[in-house]
Amino acid sequence: MADVKIEIRNGRIVDPGNGVDRVATLYISAGKVAAVGAAPSGWSATRTIDAKGLVVAPGLVDLAARLREPGFEYKATLESEMKAAVAGGVTRLACPPDTDPPLDEPGLVEMLKHRARSLNLAHVHPVGALTVGLRGTELTEMGELTEAGCIAFSQSEAALTDTQVLLRALQYASTFGYRVWLRPQDSHLGKGGVAHDGEVATRLGLATVPAAAETIALAAIFALVRDTGASVHVCRLSTADGVAMVAAAKKSGLAVTCDVAVHHLHLCDNDIGWFDALCRLVPPLRGTRDRAALRGGLADGTIDAVCSDHAPVDDDAKQVPFAEAEPGATGLELLLPLTLKWAAENKVTLPDALARITTRPAAILGIDAGHLAPGQAADVCIFDPHESWTVAPSALASQGKNTPFLGLELVGRVRFTLVAGQVVHES
Amino acid sequence: MTTMPLPDAEAILADLAERMRGAVAFDARFVGIYSGGAWIAQRLAQMIPGEHDLGYIDVSFYRDDFNRTGLKPALKRTEIPFPVDGATIVLVDDVLYTGRSVRAAINELFDYGRPARIELAVLVDRGGRELPVEPTYAGARLAVAEHLSLVLSRADDGTLSFAAESSASGAADA
Amino acid sequence: MRNPQLDADGQLVHLLTLEGLPAEVIVRILDAAVPFASISERDVKKVPLLRGRSVFNLFFENSTRTRTTFEIAAKRLSADVINLNIGASSTSKGETLLDTVDNLTAMNADMFVVRHAESGAPHLIAAHLNRTGRSHVHVINAGDGRHAHPTQGLLDLFTIRHYKHDFHGLTVAIVGDVLHSRVARSLIHGLTTLGTPEVRVVGPKTLLPTAVQSLGVQVHHDMRAGISGCDVVVMLRLQNERMTGALLPSAGEYFKHYGLTSEKLSLAKPDAIVMHPGPMNRGVEIDSAVADGARSVILPQVTFGIAVRMAVMSMLAGG
Repeated sequence: MADVKIEIRNGRIVDPGNGVDRVATLYISAGKVAAVGAAPSGWSATRTIDAKGLVVAPGLVDLAARLREPGFEYKATLESEMKAAVAGGVTRLACPPDTDPPLDEPGLVEMLKHRARSLNLAHVHPVGALTVGLRGTELTEMGELTEAGCIAFSQSEAALTDTQVLLRALQYASTFGYRVWLRPQDSHLGKGGVAHDGEVATRLGLATVPAAAETIALAAIFALVRDTGASVHVCRLSTADGVAMVAAAKKSGLAVTCDVAVHHLHLCDNDIGWFDALCRLVPPLRGTRDRAALRGGLADGTIDAVCSDHAPVDDDAKQVPFAEAEPGATGLELLLPLTLKWAAENKVTLPDALARITTRPAAILGIDAGHLAPGQAADVCIFDPHESWTVAPSALASQGKNTPFLGLELVGRVRFTLVAGQVVHES
Repeated sequence: MTTMPLPDAEAILADLAERMRGAVAFDARFVGIYSGGAWIAQRLAQMIPGEHDLGYIDVSFYRDDFNRTGLKPALKRTEIPFPVDGATIVLVDDVLYTGRSVRAAINELFDYGRPARIELAVLVDRGGRELPVEPTYAGARLAVAEHLSLVLSRADDGTLSFAAESSASGAADA
Repeated sequence: MRNPQLDADGQLVHLLTLEGLPAEVIVRILDAAVPFASISERDVKKVPLLRGRSVFNLFFENSTRTRTTFEIAAKRLSADVINLNIGASSTSKGETLLDTVDNLTAMNADMFVVRHAESGAPHLIAAHLNRTGRSHVHVINAGDGRHAHPTQGLLDLFTIRHYKHDFHGLTVAIVGDVLHSRVARSLIHGLTTLGTPEVRVVGPKTLLPTAVQSLGVQVHHDMRAGISGCDVVVMLRLQNERMTGALLPSAGEYFKHYGLTSEKLSLAKPDAIVMHPGPMNRGVEIDSAVADGARSVILPQVTFGIAVRMAVMSMLAGG
């Protein structure tokens, strides 16, 4: 293939991983970042992109995006969701193992990686199942799965009630240095619950998930991490008490990381209104105090990263009574504008905000990505930080149109996305 | 027919009672349609000799315009404290116009039983009938402009009087 | 967001919950129910108000009692009534709730009376009808999950008003499983909206929802303290499942602490009335002496229930 040389000029390059924040030109050659600022010798571009007024950032790294393959192709396909990813500026994503069948066999993981690679869009990093069938009783072949491409192991939303099994899984994983991602949710407390245990659920008569379901699980996780030394990442924090526990654990020297889903930075249980199933999420939207703690926790670093928790759900599964609705919201294309919104409202600078969707999640994945040093793969997200757009089904590439932000205006629109130096999305 | 600016309700009532005396059955029951008809029925029972039991009807549940105008506020309770079967009933109303209220009242009476006969006494007949209804006894016949309603009111001392009000549809009367 | 049960002019187009209904609307319904009560005492108990209209009873959760009272109310208004016990039938065939509604609307349904095991189902149906330009098809919530039972709330308010006349000086106690009770929630909303100064809930912690005070009630765990000085005592039904769900040890122990006996009732005001939404579990939440006693207005509640439902249907169907 001819050497593609791309020159991106006049844009504000914001690369928090390398402390870069200035208007300069980015030079891309042979799929990698060739230089920042000054052209390499003998440079002649095959394509020039004028990024005047735009931000040139590393491609976004999303820790949780469901692609619905294998098994749920009626909800979405790899093609549609990968297009959604790059439309949202996401060049690297991790997908949870809750497919059908779950990602507990190396063959399934290889097939998924192969399919994703052939689309030449974003990079997919599968998270493998921690236990066979996600049933919480037997360990999966983590070695084989890692060789097939899994970067971590999790139960996704499936319960792991047997703490003995959890201990053994962490011991086994830590033997080989495998990462374990865990959702802190006690499987008994809040069983059948669909909403946060507070005033809103009381008025609406919905079965509840108390905050204790998260804090009890966090306490168990931290205790076992101390005992095993396992490398654990906590997924989708939702409570103020949970944030406080993570802060205390980190302060005491525990090496855990955690993330929050972008919807929980903005919405709370009041937004359920008159039973809006678009707000049926897992973990549930909690109270205003919880939301404030999540926003602050992401700002002060207690929470390391924010992800989309992308879950495309077909209309039929949402047009049912609240408790029967399938939980989840579409998020790949909203991750950037919603992160920018959080940053603006919490007085966080643009580089700090972008770090939470680039370098920090890349570190959690354990890969050298999310930054634009020369020699790095040229995964770039060029966006207009001022352009506002209305969230409408027609504006979303994902097959999932299920978002509580439907009809609202958000600020921040991706204009170009490059993966390995190829323009895979432009608008 | 003569047009008058504001008819004198008391005077017309006296005329109506005069016409009814000697013509109405001794044991006829007077059933007044709320509210004007109810007041008039009470007065007629005092003014006309005989044994005239009183009853009152609210026609709201039998009107034919329910779909358009909905349930009226301030519904009153229909009270028929005597057996309707075989009774001679004089329906009493203040103003007879389209005839629809009377139709509704007759339908309602028949849900209580089968009267021997029903007569109609009205204070004022303003013409403009849309149904084949005729008063047996009428105090006065007046022409009233279409956009006006004739509204009967009762003072604290019981004196009846008429007022003319603009009505949106012109068909607010019975 | 706008309350889906009111139209742009603030008129009632659906009755989904008493929460958020202005006091005037509630009072208008209670006032409208008065003449309907007297119709039920005539020989001919029908009026032609809803003649030619079709009322579909859509019961996704079985209830012969409630369905029967709605059927009687609709028939006394001369409406045609069609009963559909969906239960497991068409949903098990895979037809969605909204598809069922669309099919029935195509059969010229004028009104749906909906009972469903999940909170929010009637709201979903009403929002769907509003959104698809069919807000002339009215929805009445006959009970959704734990959320609301507005006609029961209204008939309870009607009953209290009938015997006590004015809400402004009353103390009302609601005793029992408030956590799972849509009846309790609706009554609490109605009482607070109409200005009842003291509304108490009485029950063990396992049967009271979190943050229940946010509904505007005072919490009592001791029943004697809870009903002392009350004008109205409302007893809620205790379902058998509560014993299996580790919420309560036994019916016997429940009756000991929270059952209404004549002795406990003597702590309320001498002219206090006793209410129960039915069906009663004699000997569990209420003993027979009280249920059949002079202060019990449980049977009048049932009669008033028909009048209130006639009033609601008429108000929705008219103009």
